[in-house]
Amino acid sequence: MLNNYNGLAQPFWQNGPAPGQFYHFTGGQQQIQNLPRELTTAGPYGTQRNTARITTGSSVLGIRFDGGVMIAADTMVSYGSLSRYQSIDRVFKINEKILLGGGDDFADIQSIKRTIDQKMIADQCRADEIEMKPTELAMWLTRVLYNRRTRMNPLFIDVVVGGVNAEGKPFLGNVDLRGRFYEDFVVATGFARHLAIPLVRESKPAGREFTAEEASNLIRKCMEVLYYRDTRNTSKYTVGVCTPSGSVVEGPYKVDENWSFASTIKGY
Amino acid sequence: MSYFCREYHDIPVSTGTTIMALEYAHGVVLGADSRTSAGSYVANRASDKLTEVADRIYCCRSGSAADTQAVADLVSHSLNYHQYQFGRPPTVWEAACDFRHLCYTYRNNLLAGIIVAGYDDKKGGQVYSIPLGGMLVREPCTIGGSGSSYIFGYVHDQYRPDFSKEQCVAFIRKCIQLAIHHDGSSGGVIRIAIITADGVERRVYFNTETGQPVTKHKKLTELDTSEESD
Repeated sequence: MLNNYNGLAQPFWQNGPAPGQFYHFTGGQQQIQNLPRELTTAGPYGTQRNTARITTGSSVLGIRFDGGVMIAADTMVSYGSLSRYQSIDRVFKINEKILLGGGDDFADIQSIKRTIDQKMIADQCRADEIEMKPTELAMWLTRVLYNRRTRMNPLFIDVVVGGVNAEGKPFLGNVDLRGRFYEDFVVATGFARHLAIPLVRESKPAGREFTAEEASNLIRKCMEVLYYRDTRNTSKYTVGVCTPSGSVVEGPYKVDENWSFASTIKGY
Repeated sequence: MSYFCREYHDIPVSTGTTIMALEYAHGVVLGADSRTSAGSYVANRASDKLTEVADRIYCCRSGSAADTQAVADLVSHSLNYHQYQFGRPPTVWEAACDFRHLCYTYRNNLLAGIIVAGYDDKKGGQVYSIPLGGMLVREPCTIGGSGSSYIFGYVHDQYRPDFSKEQCVAFIRKCIQLAIHHDGSSGGVIRIAIITADGVERRVYFNTETGQPVTKHKKLTELDTSEESD
């Protein structure tokens, strides 16, 4: 046969979408995907659903210690390989109990931050003296990001959410563009995931949390390593610290660089 | 690439461009080249890429000419109504947010890199950069467009935050001249806009040493009319 069409074959399933189409769940909204044709037509006169990452932030590193969490990120947003914006804070104070470190596409980070800010205002308006907790924000983010991913229109972000929950219990988690959530004493995005996480895990004392001093020394060390080994980095970084007494974003600090060994290398 | 084959019509008309804006003590200074290219062809050699969106707010446009003109028209319309609704002129931040709203929401469909610059009574002169993708950030000195790649080093080295108005103008002229020198998609004249509380001043400089047009052309080689002996 010249083509693979088999007119006698049974369809694989009944009442379901053709391959590549979205399934319309019964009940709920009648028209979930009532999008204009510009958004559903692929090609030069329509659009493909996926955006590309354009202006991106690099690594974000979070470390949990006995009194709270620290989240650090360098102050740069790149445009491909161009180091475009070199003085941008990528660690945000959300409220007294939550810090957010934003990595990957920065326009999407700014967008989700605007939505989160509105959420915080609504939280204040309830006037119930209860502030939103980091776990709650992280879980909400997973729902938003998973929903966008399912509609094939993701927010290209990789965020570290950290802070203190009720009774001062520290929380540190990482949510990515697909809505995947991970909680641990050290989380990171970008290059830090490869370079900083093993470094911090090796230094973890058995049976207890880090102290604040250990955590901040590790942050300093990791920022130094990332500056040496990540091409999309700058030597300036900010650090957010959240403890039961509140949250604050400090910096910018500068990496302590060591190049003295370079003069000993000759030849290749 | 032939101009006579079908591909020619499909090449998007873009403002392959150099644009720039600086904040200074009393306001902002904006600058741009004047070349609109469609691939290798110069569609408009004297275009104006400094577009007014409100009395004291301008934008510099780079990217697809159609996209940036459409976006600027929409924002200008929105800001025009703003005065009726709020009883005061729009702030530069509000204009920048309007641009960002369009550039971010339609980021898949647009090719627009925009610099918003202007003066308002709240914060004085401000410059906001909205690159592809639709993020928004304020920068006291910012450059954009295809020609900007060639002058990042120069700007980083020579920019001072305490320029006077004429120093700003001279700096922008120099930067755009250097960019035009190396970028094929930038050329023509250098347009400048100076925005302060007192209003908007527009200037045009030719791409020459003095900024004035060259009136008398020197021959490349002078003819040697002396007798040659064998």
